[in-house]
Amino acid sequence: MEFDSTRPIYLQIIDVIKKQIIRGELKPGDKVLSQRDFAEKIRVNPNTVQRAYKEMESMSILETIRGQGTFICNRPEMLKEIKAEMANEILTTFISDMRSLGFETDEIRDIVNSSLKGE
Amino acid sequence: MIEFKNVTKTYGSIKALDGFTTKIEDGKIVGLLGPNGTGKSTSLKIAAGLSKPDFGSVEINGAKPSKETKAQVAFLPEIDHLYPWMTIRRCADFISAFYADWDWDKYKELVEFLGLNPSTVIGKISKGMRAKAKLLFTFSRNAPIVLLDEPLSGIDVLVREKIIQTIVRDYGKGGQTIVISTHEISEIEPLIEYVIFLEDGKIKLEGNVEDLRFKYKRSLVDIMKEVYGR
Repeated sequence: MEFDSTRPIYLQIIDVIKKQIIRGELKPGDKVLSQRDFAEKIRVNPNTVQRAYKEMESMSILETIRGQGTFICNRPEMLKEIKAEMANEILTTFISDMRSLGFETDEIRDIVNSSLKGE
Repeated sequence: MIEFKNVTKTYGSIKALDGFTTKIEDGKIVGLLGPNGTGKSTSLKIAAGLSKPDFGSVEINGAKPSKETKAQVAFLPEIDHLYPWMTIRRCADFISAFYADWDWDKYKELVEFLGLNPSTVIGKISKGMRAKAKLLFTFSRNAPIVLLDEPLSGIDVLVREKIIQTIVRDYGKGGQTIVISTHEISEIEPLIEYVIFLEDGKIKLEGNVEDLRFKYKRSLVDIMKEVYGR
């Protein structure tokens, strides 16, 4: 796994899991690797993986059942939530990048519209 | 905890360590980084009780390096310290006699994980296999402190990956203190929690890895380039 050097690794681990859920590679109810095995697989400090798992548990993406392991939460609205959240992140970055290039709101809208038409 | 207090060590006219002072907290994976000849190996040897400082002191959990502290410390030296005529199994028998914390179950599991054959003669195996064998002997003990001197140097990518996995596996089980000296930073960056950059036997920069990455907005490799101005 390649990491972006400027962002905390635990957040990047969370993003990887979220993307796997969006792409359907991980489905609600699926069992995920234990923290130890996951740390070993991606060669990351186990404390970092622990932090990522903890965070995802508090976000209700993962749930740990004692003696059975860690699973993707079985919430019907989860996929929608994660998609909306990730879309929001992409848009925020996009808008701030465009503004830093000097584009006004209407211009950004026009560019997006014409790009969509040209697709 | 490993505490270096103002440690100075000279070899002839060369100062390997020059007032080196730091505290290595329990339960962390720590990276000791820097170019060759900056005092990384010397500091590990002193902590392992294999070398003595000219000035200053080192304490392992409050005690000076001694027979007792050696029992708590597993040291992987950079040099080839194994007898070439021994088989891996014979060497394990030999080393196990010195350490009360030697764990044969762990040895067997690691032999399998690393893909080693106990009946091979050490002098006849490749460099990568020898690096794996050294790691096997270090991690077959249940030492609370593990010091690894350049465990990745001169070894191909696949073996390096396996070595890092072995470190993660063992740390995940025991949560011991692991100090790794290396100049192969990019590969151990996601592994280490705390980093110490050395230059000319002194600390150039030290800190929590995530904090440093956040502060400098760049990877350890790039921070290192900036720190050493090259």
